Amino acid sequence: MRPIRLIGRAGIALTRTIGRVGIFAARGLTRAGAHPSELARQMLHIGWLSLPVVGLTALFTGAALALQIHSGGERFQAGDVVPAIVAIGMARELGPVLGGLMVAARVASAIAAELGTMRVTEQIDALVTLSTDPVGWLVSPRIWAAILCLPVLVGVGDIIGIMGGWLIGVNALGFNSATYLSNSWAYLEGWDVGSGLIKGAFFGFVVALSGCWFGMSAGNGAAGVGRATTNAVVAASVGILAVNFLLTGLFF
Amino acid sequence: MIEVRGLTKSFGPKQVLDGVDLSLSEGESLVVIGGSGTGKSVLLRCILGLEAPDAGQILWRGRPLADQRAEFMDGFGMLFQNAALFDSLPVWRNVAFRLLRTMPSARARDIAVEKLARVGLGPEVADLYPAELSGGMRKRAGLARAIAADPKVIFFDEPTTGLDPIRAAAINALIRGIVDETGASAITITHDMTSVRAIGDRLALLDRGQVRWQGPVSQMDHAQDEYLQDFIAGRARPMGSHPAG
Ligand SMILES: Nc1ncnc2c1ncn2[C@@H]1O[C@H](COP(=O)(O)OP(=O)(O)OP(=O)(O)O)[C@@H](O)[C@H]1O
Ligand SMILES: [Mg+2]
Repeated sequence: MRPIRLIGRAGIALTRTIGRVGIFAARGLTRAGAHPSELARQMLHIGWLSLPVVGLTALFTGAALALQIHSGGERFQAGDVVPAIVAIGMARELGPVLGGLMVAARVASAIAAELGTMRVTEQIDALVTLSTDPVGWLVSPRIWAAILCLPVLVGVGDIIGIMGGWLIGVNALGFNSATYLSNSWAYLEGWDVGSGLIKGAFFGFVVALSGCWFGMSAGNGAAGVGRATTNAVVAASVGILAVNFLLTGLFF
Repeated sequence: MIEVRGLTKSFGPKQVLDGVDLSLSEGESLVVIGGSGTGKSVLLRCILGLEAPDAGQILWRGRPLADQRAEFMDGFGMLFQNAALFDSLPVWRNVAFRLLRTMPSARARDIAVEKLARVGLGPEVADLYPAELSGGMRKRAGLARAIAADPKVIFFDEPTTGLDPIRAAAINALIRGIVDETGASAITITHDMTSVRAIGDRLALLDRGQVRWQGPVSQMDHAQDEYLQDFIAGRARPMGSHPAG
């Protein structure tokens, strides 16, 4: 009886949490547009300021990918596939996933720390007393900024990643520059890039939602904010990988 | 106008409010006192719906406040115990927060600077961020934010704590002036008996989750309650002990 009851209780608690997060997410999504200036500010923070970290990640990933595929491809005399595989791998998988994970580290933590601090210092309560809906003011702009910015970041990451592969290909692996580039494009299909951008939008949603959820439900002072920040990054990272798997299964 | 009936709230095993009955009439200034940690701030938070009460009723104009919360908040202002200024906004945007939604920012800024002047903060403070202010300045900026949109109902949670006596007297006079001039109703929490006399029409003493004594401020000196008299005189009592009854 005992274990069954425990499992039941855990199941109910889990269902309830999922329900709460779902309602929270729905409110966050639907209160968009109430504060356009906040949305612009968040797009600057989430999108623009993430460019360097996403760009560097893509550059090194593309470069390493070129080296790996070259050495792997050599084994069956297929070193020539480097440009095409780098481009496809970046666009379909590594651009969105690694870009998303970097943004999760940068943005989910920042959101959770900021909103968590606002929660424990009663700033969120103060918003309520000023007739301002905290979800509309704080959560919606962050969620929408992330949904709108992540695909752009992924697109930029794709290009920089292919550039990284090209740099290595031309300088270390003896490719001809023009051939490398034309081979990159030749095998790349629209859907390779498009699916990656769509993934990016979902990852942005996951990142901002976990930052906002854990931040808004922070408690217990500075320690609570610390815990919220950790949880937000963990949930965002695992969430990205899980959503990536689901979407990949769905798309291909 | 606001009526609190049988308000009960506990945190886990800790019973904080245990059947509080309290009312605030139109244009009245009610002062709530009570030992540190007796639930004064929790009482305000419950009235505002920031904390869900376990039991009890909160009425505004005869109907449950929860049903008319948006309308209530439109004419409401609150000074939080720790000011709760938005760190991401400069002081003037904090003060003008509510105004900025209905008027151009230049005008909202002018009003914010004027309200800051009323709490004794100069125009140079307007562009600072809350983190650059002292504790007392933050409190006063929070006060300016609470009164910025000329609210009909105002809650002040310890408005003079952390201020020097001269500033505190000025803030007391300001709060009294606002209630007298605008006819606003106010609940003020304080530990300062000077504030009680300067601000209050009526006094309520909170003890062990209930209103132990309430009455006009003018009668508090003649009240029979021993605990209240100790409170007024600032006499020490053995920690945790209360007189019987
Ligand atoms: N979120 C919370 N979780 C658990 N306990 C709480 C919470 N908020 C308040 N309490 C408890 O409720 C009691 C009353 O707190 P409250 O802040 O209302 O005191 P107060 O009367 O305003 O005191 P002070 O004059 O020192 O500000 C305290 O004992 C506190 O421990
Ligand atoms: Mg308090």
